[in-house]
Amino acid sequence: MNPLVKAVDLRKSYGEFQALHGIHLEVEKGEVLCIIGPSGSGKSTFLRCINQLETITGGALWVNDELVGYRRVENKLYPLSEKQMARQRLATGMVFQRFNLFPHMTALENVIEGPVQVLKKKKAEAAEEARALLTRVGLGHKCDAFPVELSGGQQQRVAIARALAMHPQLMLFDEPTSALDPELVGEVLSVMRDLAKSGMTMIVVTHELGFAREVANRVVFMDQGKIVETGTPEQVLSRPQQQRTQDFISAVLS
Amino acid sequence: MLSASNDRAPASGNADTFTDISHFEHVPRRYYGRYLASAVILAIVVYIVVAFARGQIEWAVVARFLTAKSILTGLVNTIVMTILAMALGIVLGVIVAIMRLSTNPVLRGVAHGYVWLFRGTPVILQLLLWFNLALVFPVMGIPGLFEFRTVDIMTPFLAALLGLGINQGAYTSEVVRAGLLSVDTGQYEAAKSIGMPKLQALRRVILPQAMRVIIPPIGNELIGMAKLTSLASVIQYAEMLHNAENIYYANARVIELLMVAGVWYLVIVTVLSLLQSRVELRFARGAGRASAKQ
Repeated sequence: MNPLVKAVDLRKSYGEFQALHGIHLEVEKGEVLCIIGPSGSGKSTFLRCINQLETITGGALWVNDELVGYRRVENKLYPLSEKQMARQRLATGMVFQRFNLFPHMTALENVIEGPVQVLKKKKAEAAEEARALLTRVGLGHKCDAFPVELSGGQQQRVAIARALAMHPQLMLFDEPTSALDPELVGEVLSVMRDLAKSGMTMIVVTHELGFAREVANRVVFMDQGKIVETGTPEQVLSRPQQQRTQDFISAVLS
Repeated sequence: MLSASNDRAPASGNADTFTDISHFEHVPRRYYGRYLASAVILAIVVYIVVAFARGQIEWAVVARFLTAKSILTGLVNTIVMTILAMALGIVLGVIVAIMRLSTNPVLRGVAHGYVWLFRGTPVILQLLLWFNLALVFPVMGIPGLFEFRTVDIMTPFLAALLGLGINQGAYTSEVVRAGLLSVDTGQYEAAKSIGMPKLQALRRVILPQAMRVIIPPIGNELIGMAKLTSLASVIQYAEMLHNAENIYYANARVIELLMVAGVWYLVIVTVLSLLQSRVELRFARGAGRASAKQ
């Protein structure tokens, strides 16, 4: 079976500055991949390329056997239309560092917004499913709360439910616990752990090495827009081969 | 050093040097200045009211003309023009604001040119130009399909609507643009990530949040528009001030009729202000713990 995500020589630059220098990576269906690395290493940029919040400037990327963002005609790649890009994004769900819940909607309205407006589901049907999802992330009692009334951890769990409501093939997490108070990190990680157990394919950019060690099938260490080292959590986190990886991990643990 | 420590409150070790004053009454601060200022202002207001009451104004005439048919027709025309011109202004303003934030340089350029042109010329000049459009284009339409004489179409009503509405759109676009820019970029990204195309994201996610920033200045402009319609009197649109003027040309009760118009403008603006607070409340949804839940 083909990998769910396949990046070949993926490059991204902002004018002169090159954020990604040729990323090669494959992610299998059901795999949980954690990307670690110092800030500015390009790990968030890579994640944002996967669901086209950034347009790639070189190389190629496939999600679910579809070329991302481009249409191939013979030897040339033509950019997709806005509408086609929006359709491709449906394959991936994204959870942001700063939650980005819609503040003018309740938790339930946040979760049903996509299914009703984009997938054109019936409101009652979507609401029923949304209630089940919110219950699954432990917030069944907060359906009618506005984001401002929820703690950071609760908001992030609503954001996870909102992404899951679109039935994505792949979930992307962009430092999902970095903006949380320390005592709220656990509740979000626990929801993500359950999600991983359920067989969801996940790519997680994180600084939580404990979570990576426990949940990830594979860990990737990135630095300066390149993949430096990749392997099992044991290999990368406990016996890193590269000096840069060793330096980073000892800096994070100290 | 010793003297410095003596200046401080007694150290905690010296507990018995405190006298227990925790049961003393807390006396609120008195604001004598406010009482004084209120008295002075009240005196000035009374003086002005008495002066107007004794001045050379026939208040009976004011009262009589307040409900005169011509004044009431003018009032209705003023309200109708305010609503229609503002509606046109808001529609244009939203479209142009979105165009200005587009990545398409052609759309951006057109929007920029529109704002430059209509904000750059006095609205009274624009009104006169629309009204006299027949001098430039005696006949309009698509040759062969349909044609009409411009004088037949360009009534004072249409000229006022186009002049006021299009001019308003240029100002409103800047207000809307400010509102759109006030919404966090993370909101665009979140909307995209659940598969929304740009326009749907604008309609469902961005605009409702921008409304909180947009409404106070739009309310301001709506109130401005209610009074700006009086400019349409120069092109013979039968709004309230125009009709009031026509009456005093005939009966020479200048001040009395201006008072009549003034009273009605105040009524309109008061109603609009109340309406604005209601709308603001509506869009405060989710903005704070005290926000109204619907």
